[in-house]
Amino acid sequence: MTPAPSTGFDAKAFERFVATRGEPGWVVDLRRRSFDLYRQKLQEPLTPEEWKRVDLRPLQPNRFSPAADISTAAQFETLLENRASFAGVVSHVDGHCSAQKLDDRLAARGVLLGSLTELVREHREILEPHLLTRAVRPDADRFTAWHAAFWTGGTVLYVPRGVAIDEPLYSLIGLAKAGGADLSHTLVILEDGASATLLEETSSAATDTAGLHVGAVELLVGPGANLRYVQLQNWNSHTWHLARQAGVVERDGTLQWTLAGLGSRLSHIHQEVTLAGQGASAEVNGVTFATGRQLLSYYTQQTHKAPNTRSDLLYKDVLRDEARVVWRGMIRVDAEAQKTDGYQRNDSLLLSPDCRVDAIPGLEIEADDVRCTHGATAGRVDAEQIFYCMCRGLSRYEAMHMIVEGFFHGVYDRIAVEAVRETLSRAVERKLGIGR
Amino acid sequence: MSSVLKIEKLWVAIDDKQILKGVDLEVRQGEIHALMGPNGSGKSTLAYALMGHPKYEVTEGTISIDGVSLNELEPDARARMGLFLAFQYPVTIPGVKVADFLRHAVSNIRNPERKEGEGLLPMRDFRKELRSRMDELGIEQEFARRYLNDGFSGGEKKRMEILQLAMLRPRFAILDETDSGLDSDAVRFVSEAISRLSGPDMAIIIITHHERLLEINKPQQTHVMLAGRIVEHGDARLAHELHDQGYAGIRARHPDVAAEEEAQAVKNETHAVVKT
Repeated sequence: MTPAPSTGFDAKAFERFVATRGEPGWVVDLRRRSFDLYRQKLQEPLTPEEWKRVDLRPLQPNRFSPAADISTAAQFETLLENRASFAGVVSHVDGHCSAQKLDDRLAARGVLLGSLTELVREHREILEPHLLTRAVRPDADRFTAWHAAFWTGGTVLYVPRGVAIDEPLYSLIGLAKAGGADLSHTLVILEDGASATLLEETSSAATDTAGLHVGAVELLVGPGANLRYVQLQNWNSHTWHLARQAGVVERDGTLQWTLAGLGSRLSHIHQEVTLAGQGASAEVNGVTFATGRQLLSYYTQQTHKAPNTRSDLLYKDVLRDEARVVWRGMIRVDAEAQKTDGYQRNDSLLLSPDCRVDAIPGLEIEADDVRCTHGATAGRVDAEQIFYCMCRGLSRYEAMHMIVEGFFHGVYDRIAVEAVRETLSRAVERKLGIGR
Repeated sequence: MSSVLKIEKLWVAIDDKQILKGVDLEVRQGEIHALMGPNGSGKSTLAYALMGHPKYEVTEGTISIDGVSLNELEPDARARMGLFLAFQYPVTIPGVKVADFLRHAVSNIRNPERKEGEGLLPMRDFRKELRSRMDELGIEQEFARRYLNDGFSGGEKKRMEILQLAMLRPRFAILDETDSGLDSDAVRFVSEAISRLSGPDMAIIIITHHERLLEINKPQQTHVMLAGRIVEHGDARLAHELHDQGYAGIRARHPDVAAEEEAQAVKNETHAVVKT
C-alpha cells in the first residue's frame, strides 16, 4: 500500500492521514475528538501570558506534513547514542519507527519499550488510561489538540510494578525529509516502585532542511517510582519545536527531569510537573544555549496538589549573537498542599551585547504553610575574567569556554547521569565553535 | 643565555587619557627589580600594559622579549612567552575548579603551540606536581577542588596567585602589590615563597609600597615612578629610603614631574566633583 502524500493539516489531510494508519477505534476516536478541538482552538487566541514573547507569524503549518514513508538512508549525527550502553533503544525518523530493541530479560519481566504506533494496537489496557488523558490533555491549547489529532508515533516505555531498570534506555527522534513534520509522542509509565532512566534526543539529518516538531511528552510516575528523563533538543536551525511536556508524580515518587535546548530556529516548550501524591518530589534542570537568531522559550509550571511535596527547578541559559531566551516560570500550590517546598530559579549568562533574555518567575499559592522561593539572574561575561584567563595562557575561546562551563556547572552537578553531563559539555563546546 | 624583557619609550593611554609617558626599563632573567612610586604614578598601568590588557592602549614605544615585540600579541601569547602577572585583585571564576583551570594554564604555558581541544598535561603527573607545590606553599589540598577565588579571603587569593606562579614558572613575573591587604604573617609567608621560587630562570618585578617583600627578596635595582615616568633608578638602598622617608624627596628632586602629578591630581578631583 502506497499512501498518497498528504500536505498540511486540514480536514482532507486528516482523513487521508487517519486512513493510512489502520488504528483501533479508540485511537481513531481520540484523534477525531482532538481534530475537532484543533479546528475550534485555531479560532481562539493563544494565552498572551504564555505566547506574547514568541513570534509564530513566520510559521506556516501548510509547508510541513508528516512523511508518508520512512527515509531509510538518513544518517544522524547523535550526541548521546554512543556515549553509554543502553538496555533498550527506540528510534523514529520522520515519525516512523526505524529501530527498536530491548534487553530480553527486561521484556521477560513485562517491560515495554517501543513505538506508540504499534503498542496502541496490542496494549490498549496499559496505554488507554494514560495516553493524552492525565498529563497532557488535547484541550489544553491548539498545539496539544493538533498533536493529539496527528501524532505520528513516538517512544513508549512501560515499567511494571517493582521492576528496576539500572541501565539507561535511549530514544532518538529524527527528522530527515525537507518540510517533514514530526508529531511524536513520548509516553513513559512507571508503576508502583518501578525505576528507569530514559535519555531522549532530537536530531536533524541535514543542517539546512526545514522541519516541524509538534510534540508531547507524558511522564507518569507511579507511587514510590523513580524516573530520570532527559530530553536533549538538538534540531538544526531551520526546525520549529513546539511541545507540551508534562510529568505527574504520585505519592512518594520522584522525577528527575533534565531539558537541554541547543538547536531549533524557534522552540517553545510548555513544561509542567504535577506533584499529585503526598511526598512526591520533582527536580527539573534546564540547560539552554542559544546562538545566532534562535528563540528558545520555556513556560514552566510546578503544580503542588498534595501535602509534603517538593519541587526544585533550576534553568541555566547561555546566549550569544542575537539569540533570545524566554522563561516564564510558575509555582502553583493548591489549598490542600500544605508543607510544600517549592523552588525555582533561572540564571542567564549573556555573551554578546545583542542577545536578550526575559526571565519571569511567578508564584500562585493557596495554601498557608509552604516554603516557596524563586529567583532570576542575568549577567554578562566580564571582560576582566577573560583577561585574567588569557594572562594564564588560555586563548580567548578557551577562556570563554571555561567561564560558560563554570556557569553551567551548578546545573551539571544536579544531573546524575554522567553520559549526559559529558554530552552536554561536549555539545556546548561545539556550539562555542571550539575545534572548528 | 638569559632572556631580556625590554620596555622602550612606552606611552600608554586608557580611554584617551595618557597614563604612561615614556617608560624605559630593562629586566634580565634572574634579576629582582622593585617598582615603587606613589598611588596613581602608573605602576599597575605598566603591569597591565605589559600583559596586553585591551583597555590599555600602547600609543608609542615597544615591549619586547629578546628582541621579539609583544605589542601586537594577545595576553595569552604573552603568557606563553613567559610573562606572568600576579594580580592585585584576582578575579573570581565561579564553577571553575582551581585544578582544572591550572591544568589548562600549565598545559598551554609548557606547550605554547597547543591549540584548544588538544591534549592536556597527563592528569596523574599534573596532580602530583600540584600537590607538592601546594604542600610547599602551605595551601590546603582542598583548595584544588574549590572554584577559582570563589569565596576566598584576600590572603587566600594572594596565595592562589603565588601557587599559579609556582606552577607556571614564568621567565618574567610581575607581582602587583602582592603584599597589600595581608597581615604580617601572610606577608612573611608570601615573601618566603617568592624567595624559594626565584632563581636564575625567573626575573621578578615587585610592585610594592612596603619593604617587607624586599627584605627577603633583595632587589638589584629599584625604580621609582612619578606621573607616568620612571624618574629614578637605584639599588636596594633606594627602596629602603623611600620606605623610611616617603616620596617627598623624590618630588623635591623632580619638581617638574611633581608639578605635573599635582596638576593631574587636581584635574582628577575636579572630574570627580563634576561626576558626583
